[in-house]
Amino acid sequence: MIKRLAKSIREYKKASVLTLLFMVGEAIVESFIPFITADLVNTIRDNAGRADTYLVGEVTKTGALLVLMAVLSLICGGSAAVLSSKAASGFGKNLRKDMFHKIQTYNFQNIDKFSSASLVTRITTDVTFVQMSYMMIIRTAVRSPLMILFSVIMSCAMGGKLAISFVFVIPFLAGGLFAVSRFAMPAFHKVFKKYDKLNESIEENVRGARVVKGFSREEYEKEKFDKAAVEIRKDFTTADRIVALNNPIMNICMNFIMIFVLSAGSLYAVRDASIDVGQISAMITYGVQVLMSLMMLSMIYVMITISAESAKRICEVLEEEPVMSSPENAITEVADGSIIFDNVSFKYNESAHRPTLENINLRIDSGMTVGILGGTGAGKTSLVQLIPRLYDVSSGSVTVGGKNVKEYDIETLRQSVAMVLQKNLLFSGTIKENLLWGDKNATDEDIIEACKLACAHDFVQSFPDGYDTFIEQGGTNVSGGQKQRLCIARALLKKPKILILDDSTSAVDTKTDSLIREGFRKFIPATTKIIIAQRVASVQDADMIIVMDNGIIIATGTHDELLGSCDIYKEIYEQQVHGGENDGE
Amino acid sequence: MMENNKRPKPKKGVLGRVLRSVFGAYPVMMPLTIVCILISALSASIPSIFIGKFITLIEDAVKTGTGVAAWKLISADVFKLTWILIGIYTFALIATTVYTQLMAYITQGYLYKMRKIMFDKMQYLPIRYFDTNKHGDIMSHYTNDIDTLRELVSQAIPAIVRAGTVVISVFIIMLYYSVWMTLILILGIIAMLIVSKIAGSNSSKYFIAQQKSIGKAEGFVQEMMNGQKVINVFCHEKEAEDSFEKLNEELRVNATKAHAFANLLGPVIMNIGNITYVLVAIAGGLFIWLSSAYGFQNIGFSGLPFGIAMVVPFLNMSKQFSSNVNQLSQQINSIVMGMAGASRIFDLMDQAPEEDDGYVTLVRAEIAEDGTITETPVRTGHWAWKHPHKDGTLTYTELKGDVRLTNVDFGYKDDKQILYDISLFAEPGQKVAFVGATGAGKTTITNLLNRFYDIQDGKIRYDGININKIKKAELRRALGIVLQETNLFTGTVMDNIRYGRLKATDDECIEAAKLAGAHDFITRLPQGYQTELTNNGANLSQGQRQLIAIARAAVSDPPAMILDEATSSIDTRTEAIVQRGMDKLMEGRTVFVIAHRLSTIKNSDVIMVMDHGHIIERGDHEQLIAEKGTYYQLYTGAFELS
Repeated sequence: MIKRLAKSIREYKKASVLTLLFMVGEAIVESFIPFITADLVNTIRDNAGRADTYLVGEVTKTGALLVLMAVLSLICGGSAAVLSSKAASGFGKNLRKDMFHKIQTYNFQNIDKFSSASLVTRITTDVTFVQMSYMMIIRTAVRSPLMILFSVIMSCAMGGKLAISFVFVIPFLAGGLFAVSRFAMPAFHKVFKKYDKLNESIEENVRGARVVKGFSREEYEKEKFDKAAVEIRKDFTTADRIVALNNPIMNICMNFIMIFVLSAGSLYAVRDASIDVGQISAMITYGVQVLMSLMMLSMIYVMITISAESAKRICEVLEEEPVMSSPENAITEVADGSIIFDNVSFKYNESAHRPTLENINLRIDSGMTVGILGGTGAGKTSLVQLIPRLYDVSSGSVTVGGKNVKEYDIETLRQSVAMVLQKNLLFSGTIKENLLWGDKNATDEDIIEACKLACAHDFVQSFPDGYDTFIEQGGTNVSGGQKQRLCIARALLKKPKILILDDSTSAVDTKTDSLIREGFRKFIPATTKIIIAQRVASVQDADMIIVMDNGIIIATGTHDELLGSCDIYKEIYEQQVHGGENDGE
Repeated sequence: MMENNKRPKPKKGVLGRVLRSVFGAYPVMMPLTIVCILISALSASIPSIFIGKFITLIEDAVKTGTGVAAWKLISADVFKLTWILIGIYTFALIATTVYTQLMAYITQGYLYKMRKIMFDKMQYLPIRYFDTNKHGDIMSHYTNDIDTLRELVSQAIPAIVRAGTVVISVFIIMLYYSVWMTLILILGIIAMLIVSKIAGSNSSKYFIAQQKSIGKAEGFVQEMMNGQKVINVFCHEKEAEDSFEKLNEELRVNATKAHAFANLLGPVIMNIGNITYVLVAIAGGLFIWLSSAYGFQNIGFSGLPFGIAMVVPFLNMSKQFSSNVNQLSQQINSIVMGMAGASRIFDLMDQAPEEDDGYVTLVRAEIAEDGTITETPVRTGHWAWKHPHKDGTLTYTELKGDVRLTNVDFGYKDDKQILYDISLFAEPGQKVAFVGATGAGKTTITNLLNRFYDIQDGKIRYDGININKIKKAELRRALGIVLQETNLFTGTVMDNIRYGRLKATDDECIEAAKLAGAHDFITRLPQGYQTELTNNGANLSQGQRQLIAIARAAVSDPPAMILDEATSSIDTRTEAIVQRGMDKLMEGRTVFVIAHRLSTIKNSDVIMVMDHGHIIERGDHEQLIAEKGTYYQLYTGAFELS
């Protein structure tokens, strides 16, 4: 996992390493500062009786050294401060970039695995966590152990026998801090899970405000929330209280060292004369330093374990491999719009017991108009998604333009097979920018032509800003029918060999709908057109109509043929004619 | 609302309000905590005195000689001092343990209280609030803002009290020793303050910029992740990456600056401390010389002359002083962010709640044969409006579902009118349909019926009573609603249906599901009615979700209903099956229907064709077809509805 993440450090390796070095430098300088201050105190002590400027001179001399050290420490500490934030922010940026890049290589199958909300959290919150702990690690991971080592050596060297106090304190402190984080971790884990749930339920409440008010369920919602919030409070308090134990543990150790050094120090100094006052104060200084560094280390430990969860979630994104890729020596030209399904079966999921599509055999000639009908879950969308290779078949083969789709360069294939998805989206940006997705080199004439064909030109022109009208996120400022027609125009700009409309005119009125189809017939006769629809009227005049149910094709034929041979088709047709031949949809 | 008048300047008084509310929530515990923090802070400055005492003791003893005899001479004093020290430490330890534990308790309790106040408050905010604020922004009050508040209360406040106490007490002790030396130290303090201010304000500036960049990047990523399949289909991956790169880089720059300034604060303050230390030492030496050579007098409450006994402890204190100022400065970001979060939370709390001055309520009623209505606690199947009048009398009106709009004008904003002079009436049991393009005002009318929004002019009456007089909760209970956008809640299918009427039995819920045509597919779910739904029923199709929503409305059994595109996502084949249930559901109720598919509204008693806020045609299907107007054109497919 660490290896995987470390790959994203890249150009910030230098800043990271320099941070480490400067932190080491700061640690060294800082270790010397107590010597000099002690020296300074001694100078004053030794010369306090002299009634001339000698003392001032001596103090200034030692003081100058200390100022020099302070400046050095400032340079090291300051550089490390700037470099570490540069390194960590850069690392975070690269992580986001790598994740975003990886997601762009995903196939539909990969996308289905992660919810879009979870991908967003991973790219934002999780990366921020990892970035913060990275900064903490490069700032302290080397420094703290070094400080501990140095301080322990110094205390042993200077404190002599008194250093024995560490034998009691360090294991106690390390054990205590470790135990605290050991108990705190699962407690926090539990809290965060519940916290997520609480937030989900708040989100539901916000989203469903109309339902809550409509049923006057305010009190009920309040009670529900209170229950969840009380639980969070309980668990969070427990977790926080465990962590708060760090303070007394630390205090006990500090106090123990103080008492031990002072009392035992008096004994040794006076009875045995084995140490002197200077050693006692040095012992106190370094003792405090050791404990502080240990405390820092335990904080890092907690931070790392908390962000380990985030790191894991980031790695899941980075390690998810796209299921399909273009083959070597891929074909980069689609000959024509003919399609053959040869005994195709398809499952979204290996473990699904029933295939979504079963034994599909189909032959569509280039330039044909094909309609597909069937209820929800019949497999219509699954069927057409195999043509631009959005998913791979589980068995059998799909052939486009005489070649198996797996032999094509994926981009080539998808440029030639334009699909207007059922759940279609416009992105925030102008209408023109959205249309250019189809072909970024399209001229204004190309755009207008495509829009005319999709019956979108007229309404676009009626907007004050025309093609420069800004589309809000999710396309909320155009109507459903307008959005669908813009999506069709966007697909047409690809000048595809095969055009697939997956229920893409459901919000378009019947008259415009038929105008669009007529345009297709007239202006792009060579393009194979596949139309999935709810309305019989939308497919009635197709060269071939496919009726699907439960993942299999139950009938194919023209409108007239099917009326005679297919009961389901007849049922749908009659229901629609009966219920109003021309729905105002 | 408290402090409503202060809203233009949210920053002002926020910290005070946080403190007031913390102390208000824990009037005993919080002061106790503060006392414990004070004790623990004060006891932290005591050891330096003891170190001095021990050292004087040792030095005096060593001067006269070492050995067992010398030790015996001072051992009693050493023991005494040791015991006092142990005593103080134990006391401090208890104080520290108590305050850290209490603080954990208080913080979570306080956050609980804030969450609860926010949520409770939110339940009574008008729909306008939810319509005009992004849901993500509302959510961030419960996540980001609460988190920053947690930091502020649990970390920053104790740290400030603690470090502040040490700083002040050390400062006083320093004055006790020597005013002159303290003046030198003040130079250092001023430098520290200036640096903290510069670095701190820069750091907060960039932290806020960073927060904004995160927001932008998050918005972009959200849009892209939602549209990832479209990106795939159009092979638009490269372009998406390029656009992200820009936002990502902006975020990096702001994050770097924010953290750089925050990180700088520590080393800079510590080293100013070191330099101050030197200055104080030099000044000490200078003063000692001046006093011995020229008789320069020290000023201090202790009356101590310049000398080693004064300068050395003073130096120690100056060290302690700067390390505590450093600790204080580390809290600057927590405080700035916490205050920003708190002020947003207070903003939500200060929102004006939905006003409800209705006084007409809904009661169970018994209707005698002569038509007189009496209130009864038992279930009779009848309901009545209980209408108290100004003169103290009560009248009862039977709940029937008669809805009338007279000359209604409305606009969401004052300067943009949406509905013009709408008049219509629906008699009990009638089905009224609205047809028209997006933005014609169909949904707006339904928003007015249950008073999600209040009309600007005209009147709406329910069973002859002005709806402004009816308590909102009761009005909404009398008016069921099924929306196009289905919102289900986490819980079982059964729970979701029961949401319509909390006291409904399982059988009643199942009955309602059957009526809505949802029973079939529910029984085919893995756990049937006990199947857990999460994430707004993500495991169901849109059509199935709508069926559950219809069942939910059916179980509440209201005399009048609004169906706003309630069956839009159900395919035509299933709809034919559902239609029978829907017809049964609508039987005997006043129903307002908005539907795309004209087939579903053909049998309405009256159809209103709307255009730009006006009713342009009205009548039943046959009449409207005969009229050969807009409806006719829609019906024959000449117009587009969307």
